Amino acid sequence: MDRRRFLAGTAATVIVLPLVPASATQEAMAEAIRRVVGAATPIEGRVKLDVPPLVENGNTVPLTVTVESPMTTADYVRAIHVFNEKNPQPNVFSARLGPRNGKAVVGTRIKLGDSQRIVAVAETSDGRFWIAGADVIVTLAACLEEST
Amino acid sequence: MSNILVNAPKTARRGEIVEIKALILHPMETGFRPGPNGRIIPRNIIERFTATWNGAEIFAMEMSPAIAANPFVSFFAQANESGTVILRWTGDEGFAVEERVAIAVE
Amino acid sequence: MTRRLLVLGLVLVFASSWAVAQVAADKRRSGYQDMGEALQKMQDDDTANPGMLFVQLGSQLWAKPVGAENKSCADCHGAAATSMKGVATRYPAIPQGAERPVDLEGRINLCRAENQKADRLPPDNRDLLALEAYVAHQSRGMPIAPPYGPILDAFRAQGEGIYRRRQGQLNLSCAICHDDNAGKKLAGIAIPEAHPTGYPIYRLEWQALGSLKRRLRNCLVGIRAEAWPLDAPEYVALELYLMERAKGLPLETPAVRP
Repeated sequence: MDRRRFLAGTAATVIVLPLVPASATQEAMAEAIRRVVGAATPIEGRVKLDVPPLVENGNTVPLTVTVESPMTTADYVRAIHVFNEKNPQPNVFSARLGPRNGKAVVGTRIKLGDSQRIVAVAETSDGRFWIAGADVIVTLAACLEEST
Repeated sequence: MSNILVNAPKTARRGEIVEIKALILHPMETGFRPGPNGRIIPRNIIERFTATWNGAEIFAMEMSPAIAANPFVSFFAQANESGTVILRWTGDEGFAVEERVAIAVE
Repeated sequence: MTRRLLVLGLVLVFASSWAVAQVAADKRRSGYQDMGEALQKMQDDDTANPGMLFVQLGSQLWAKPVGAENKSCADCHGAAATSMKGVATRYPAIPQGAERPVDLEGRINLCRAENQKADRLPPDNRDLLALEAYVAHQSRGMPIAPPYGPILDAFRAQGEGIYRRRQGQLNLSCAICHDDNAGKKLAGIAIPEAHPTGYPIYRLEWQALGSLKRRLRNCLVGIRAEAWPLDAPEYVALELYLMERAKGLPLETPAVRP
């Protein structure tokens, strides 16, 4: 392949890329979310997903989900689900909550194999679903273990 | 030997919303990684974490292999009456441990 | 009277600003300062810091009788909070009557072999790391204070020689990365100044607690050099030099690092 044809090929790839349909893993995440929300359309809002935008190591990424809710018996958050796009499985965790929690806040630490989008979905007691997403860039540690 | 660290207040005012944090020693082996011999290391994760307050479930979490090794969980609870909070972790290979903390409500 | 107070006040102002200047003049950075806020918070919060699981395990092992003597660490040393306070700031050190320095895990194994008549624990054994973490944790916040003496100084000089020597297929010395290029990025991460302020550390890459020896082996692999055997004196010599470089910096055990 001569240089000009190579460059032309590269340019074509760049133009074509955005037209490529969503990857299988993005679809897997969408499917996992559909299994939770059913026919409902999740509404953007009420959910705050705290995760560092740039993480030094994907093995342990702190993540906190906060949902705006009075957490009374009449109006509370029933569940919080977190999904990811590029790990081997789309589900990260599903937490079940109730008015007894007082605050709809759940914290944990997750693994991220690669830079990707994380999505949190909250289900409120009125049957509605709320959604928020965050993009995380995962850098790789240098000087790792010997591979034996 | 206990491999669990729990942080919860010993006392709380009635109705106060308290934070409960828990950390447990566990590899959370994903089941997707090859071992030194090239074969996949079998999955070994905690699948479920629950918290009860005087026997009533107040929080539960289903975990996946995407939860980091030595899992950390934090959540809140409203202190309505004095009692015992039991945190319970269950998972692969028959893993089942629990930790109790007493919270006195004034 | 007022004049004397004024002079005293001025002296105080100068003294305090001199102290501030001294601190400001110390440009050394612990790896802690190169981490993002999320990881700093993880280290600072004792129920979020996974290293604290091992410190807790170490506190249980401290009180557990072992070996033919059926003695626990506590049987000789009492409460670690008093007897072990500051100890880790002074290691590696030369055990009484010995001719070469040992690191903290070497010292723990000596105690096991001589006083408890128990098996030595292999490097990076979980119980050994837990005991080491528990002992070093008693010095958290205290400045590193290396001991001196003819033997220690000789080993420390050997350690500096290793630190400055080019080795491996990449032909790099420790100094090229950690002195000349510290703070610059390697694979997206800031190269630390290599101050061993928090060992044993919980390294996220390992998803476990690990020793300085394990970290040094990772460095050697990084520069494509052959790692020394696990019982090689080079590790202790290098640690002596690194602790001298880090003299005065506060211990953080158990530190969290990416």
